[in-house]
Amino acid sequence: MRARTGTAAGAAMVTIAAVSLAIALAWGSVPLSLGQVLAGLLDSSSGIPHDIIWQLRLPRALAAFACGGLLALAGVLLQALLRNALADSYILGVSSGASLGALSAITLGFGAALVNTAALTGAIAAIAIVFGVTFRGGKGSGWNVYRLLLSGVVLSAGFAALTSLILVIAPSAQLKGMLFWLMGDLSYAENPLAACALLFVLTLGATALAVRLDILGLGDVKARSLGVSVVALQLMVFFGAALATVAAVMLGGAIGFVGLMMPHAVRLMGITRHRMLVPVSVLAGGSFLTLADTCARTIMAPQQLPVGIFTALIGVPCMLYLLTRRA
Amino acid sequence: MNLACKGLALEVAGRTLCTGLTFTVQPGEVWGVLGPNGSGKTTLLNTLAGLSTLTQGDVTMDTQPLTQMNAVARARAVGILPQHEEAEYWGTALEYVSLGCFPNGSARRGWMGRQHGDEIIAERALQQAGMADFAARHFATLSGGERQRVRIAQLLAQAPRCLLLDEPLQHLDLRYQIQMLDMLAKLARGDAQSLARSVILVLHDVLWPVRFCTHALLLDGAGGARAGAASDMLTQKNLESLFGCALQPAGDKPQAGFVPAL
Repeated sequence: MRARTGTAAGAAMVTIAAVSLAIALAWGSVPLSLGQVLAGLLDSSSGIPHDIIWQLRLPRALAAFACGGLLALAGVLLQALLRNALADSYILGVSSGASLGALSAITLGFGAALVNTAALTGAIAAIAIVFGVTFRGGKGSGWNVYRLLLSGVVLSAGFAALTSLILVIAPSAQLKGMLFWLMGDLSYAENPLAACALLFVLTLGATALAVRLDILGLGDVKARSLGVSVVALQLMVFFGAALATVAAVMLGGAIGFVGLMMPHAVRLMGITRHRMLVPVSVLAGGSFLTLADTCARTIMAPQQLPVGIFTALIGVPCMLYLLTRRA
Repeated sequence: MNLACKGLALEVAGRTLCTGLTFTVQPGEVWGVLGPNGSGKTTLLNTLAGLSTLTQGDVTMDTQPLTQMNAVARARAVGILPQHEEAEYWGTALEYVSLGCFPNGSARRGWMGRQHGDEIIAERALQQAGMADFAARHFATLSGGERQRVRIAQLLAQAPRCLLLDEPLQHLDLRYQIQMLDMLAKLARGDAQSLARSVILVLHDVLWPVRFCTHALLLDGAGGARAGAASDMLTQKNLESLFGCALQPAGDKPQAGFVPAL
């Protein structure tokens, strides 16, 4: 019976994902009907709808979907790794590292390519520091979960302080570009195909490891005694989550609440086994961010708002509600 | 299949708990491990489960060192009920128990772990632990004793040849303490359908080991360890010196066990 609940929820989630993508393609400064969306997608002779969809809305919608999916996936993986329901995709310090790198590059007057490189460097540096501080190789307990959690939080705080320092001393003309990295914004997202491919591969991989992820939740001793290679699995989960988060941050900056909230929302639907939790969370995260981004670019059009504002505005009350319900 | 320790030394954080520990556990035997707090019972169990690095000595399953077995083969040979779990499990009791089936095949082989057979095994294990009615309940909503029985059911679903249980009776009420020990003793003996298995229990009691264990291992906490048949080991004198308190027989029969003399 429970398997059927999962399948039904999965089917519902696929439908929601398709609907959210359709809405993202139809809504905008030039509203399109569903028929026009289909014609624009399939028929290159349809003129304006074809151009609007293929050059503007589809890349943007796919970027939002991939970004949301990657953040949700990273959230699920880190919650399993840390055995902590409050872990989210940014616990590794990725977003604060990327923001610091990007802001430093902007202050120095570098161009977009170098800013992106600096952001990537910052994100990778954060992961490397967290990994170096927390991982102890060798047999047995490879990872101290609390050390990992704490070092991520501490590192983020340090990066945030440096980021604030840059914001204070930066000329005001540069502030707007900096906010992109701090709030999360998909207006500058470039070609999303690589992120979509990465999302697909990582989701497949995480789903294949589903039973092992379930067992990891039982604790190191139990997992090892059941024949799971815990350290190898933890390494895969850590770097899978890190890769997903870096890809998402490079696409849309530090968009909050997707990674924390989506796995919880899915668990509240009664899906707890990773076999369904992983794919359903990915679809939910993708759909949520696609819809939030559609709001962000249409609600005050032609002014585009950073999508991070919307995910937080929706995310904060939802999270508070879930927390009161749990108690 | 026998589990053998030869010249084993137990160490925790550089402190030596005992050395030269040698004994062999055969299928059909129920061993009780007794000793004061901090005497190395949990360390011993983890070592027997092949989860600790050995500084001295050997643990073998049918002459093969546990540390050289691959993880899955080891999980089929030896399974452990840890004393506690840091886990917060969000699923149902049935899902929790079916995770125990992991080393036995279908969960690892099937794509994304489709596992109908595992659920049948898990249901049977829940029944054995007296928790059949709780299959659909969420693990987090169970009481301490109910959780403990579900955790034991997970070990039953794993069905290793040697079961190591660290304080299996904790949180259980009197009725379930008796049922659980009875069930484990039957499991060890085996029957027409199932093989005989070895069961090793860490117990904090001077009543049950005398009644249910065939063998005992006494760790005195000062580096001394003695292993042997229950009738030789679990004497009033041995237990009094082990725990440092006075005991008296709980009845007239020879296997009545002891209670504290207050």
